[in-house]
Amino acid sequence: MTVLRAVLKSRSGAVGLVLVGLLVLSALVSLVWTPYDPTLARPQDGWLLPFSGGHVLGTDRLGRDELSQLLAGARGTLLTALLAAAIAAVVGLTLALAAVLVPRWIGAVVVQLTDVLIAFPVLLIAMILTAVYGGSTWTVVTAVGVGAGVNLARVARAEAGRVLNTDYVLAAHAAGSGTWRTVRKHLLPNIAPTLVVQLSLVLSVAVLAEAALSFLGFGAPAPAISWGRMLHEQQQYIAARPLLVIWPGLAVAASVLGFNLLGDGLREAADARLRVREAADAGLRVREAS
Amino acid sequence: MTLYVLRRAALLVVSLLAASVLVFLVLRLLPGDIAQTIGGIKATPAQVAAVRHDLGLDRPLAAQYADWIGGVVTGDFGRSVLDGTSVSGQLAEKFAVTGPLAAGAVVLALAFAVPLGIVAAVRRESRLGGLVNAVGQFGIALPTLWVGLLLVLVFAVQVRWLPAQGFPVDGWAEPGQALRSLVLPWLTLALSEGAVLLRFVRSAVLDVLHQDWLRTARAKGHTRTGALVRHGLRNAAVPVVAVLGLQIAALVAGAVVVEQVFVLPGVGQMLITDVGNRDLDKVQGEILLLTGAVLVIGFLVDLAHRLIDPRLRSAV
Repeated sequence: MTVLRAVLKSRSGAVGLVLVGLLVLSALVSLVWTPYDPTLARPQDGWLLPFSGGHVLGTDRLGRDELSQLLAGARGTLLTALLAAAIAAVVGLTLALAAVLVPRWIGAVVVQLTDVLIAFPVLLIAMILTAVYGGSTWTVVTAVGVGAGVNLARVARAEAGRVLNTDYVLAAHAAGSGTWRTVRKHLLPNIAPTLVVQLSLVLSVAVLAEAALSFLGFGAPAPAISWGRMLHEQQQYIAARPLLVIWPGLAVAASVLGFNLLGDGLREAADARLRVREAADAGLRVREAS
Repeated sequence: MTLYVLRRAALLVVSLLAASVLVFLVLRLLPGDIAQTIGGIKATPAQVAAVRHDLGLDRPLAAQYADWIGGVVTGDFGRSVLDGTSVSGQLAEKFAVTGPLAAGAVVLALAFAVPLGIVAAVRRESRLGGLVNAVGQFGIALPTLWVGLLLVLVFAVQVRWLPAQGFPVDGWAEPGQALRSLVLPWLTLALSEGAVLLRFVRSAVLDVLHQDWLRTARAKGHTRTGALVRHGLRNAAVPVVAVLGLQIAALVAGAVVVEQVFVLPGVGQMLITDVGNRDLDKVQGEILLLTGAVLVIGFLVDLAHRLIDPRLRSAV
């Protein structure tokens, strides 16, 4: 609750929360209701303009309702983003902990390996997987999860290194706390704010990657509905029905913007707490000096 | 500096090797059988075994890797199992599209991200600064492919100034046509990459504005602009160059998407086609090639980073 209030206090956080809320709401609503069956093709109703024949945003060439497709597309986007973020968190945290906790030379190898993996663009990792398995939600999720996870590992490693060098970790060790207890009680809670901010960025990366991969034809195959594939299908009719290219792109952009702004809001909230901590530290130093 | 260059070059070689091993192992060790993929679902075990033997897949992994990497070192990045075309044979022709696309996009991205980022930082209290910053924030959220489609909508469909897609068959033999085909792809990629750069330029310049030495420069009689131009920008350039290095991976991914949106016959499109055909031998070479490009450019950016920051030059 405290976190939520802090996020809502910043303007970016509030706007981000609203946009993400819209995405989640669309996905949830599409589970129980869409104006029409989003996959139902009725060629006789093709190319309907907005607000005609009961279709608020019109229909595509095959007569599928645009609004229903947009709502259903939110499902795939949200699912991909959440799964990718979960994988990224596991990969990132494991690599980061491996780098700081194990003997130095193994840690160095982990660090080097992480840096090589960072050079692989997420899209290329996804394409390797697609070449072997064919496109699916899983190839997208795995690629984004691993690709974003190694980036996360770099940030988490730096942060974990900083925390491990603090006096309170030293004090914990002196008091007889074992490695895992220190990790659980001191390390994880203290790197959590940074991780949460980074994960919100993973969510936006995942949304963009899902759209791009579906557009390239490497996303979840039909009948799954994806904003990226809607763009792909409409591209050749862009001159006839420009609006059908506008809506799915707008949906992707709004979701990405939402996650980015939410990340900014979270960062500001975390910073506020950091400021309090720094102020407390400064106060201590002043007292020591006097 | 020499020692640093040598060390960094050694790291580059190790990274390239590690990348090649990774690509090789991922395509070999993942569950899923290349021979089965090529043979098709109806292939008998004997046929699959034959395909496997033809491709040398029944040999030890180390021998296969040595073969492949030996080819790569001598410039042979793999051959299609479907039509016999080789990556290296098509590379020059494809790179003539992708190279100019990526290079032009970086130049263009810098050309608008640097001035706008400086404005956003210097005038951060004003409406103009806020507006530039907001535009950057929105720009980051826009999917590259959608930016491309919107530009097509405006400049190819509405006002018909530029072609919506394609590249002249004769390539650069028709320079005018080739350039015209690249204008929208350049803009697309530059807007996507530039929006990210803009944010970094802004925060780098903001950082510089708060430094004591900039205040000293003002105290010595420089105007605000003078101090920033003479002392500030050079310092602000250091983190921006570092970010530029990190952005290379995004640029490569962006180029792949943009080539698909604008139907440009570049390296990205070759990769997309081969992935679609599951032409694994070529995919393996192409992925290594693109990742290698990211690593090599990252190396060059790191060297540039040292050159513009004299404080780093003496460090090892």
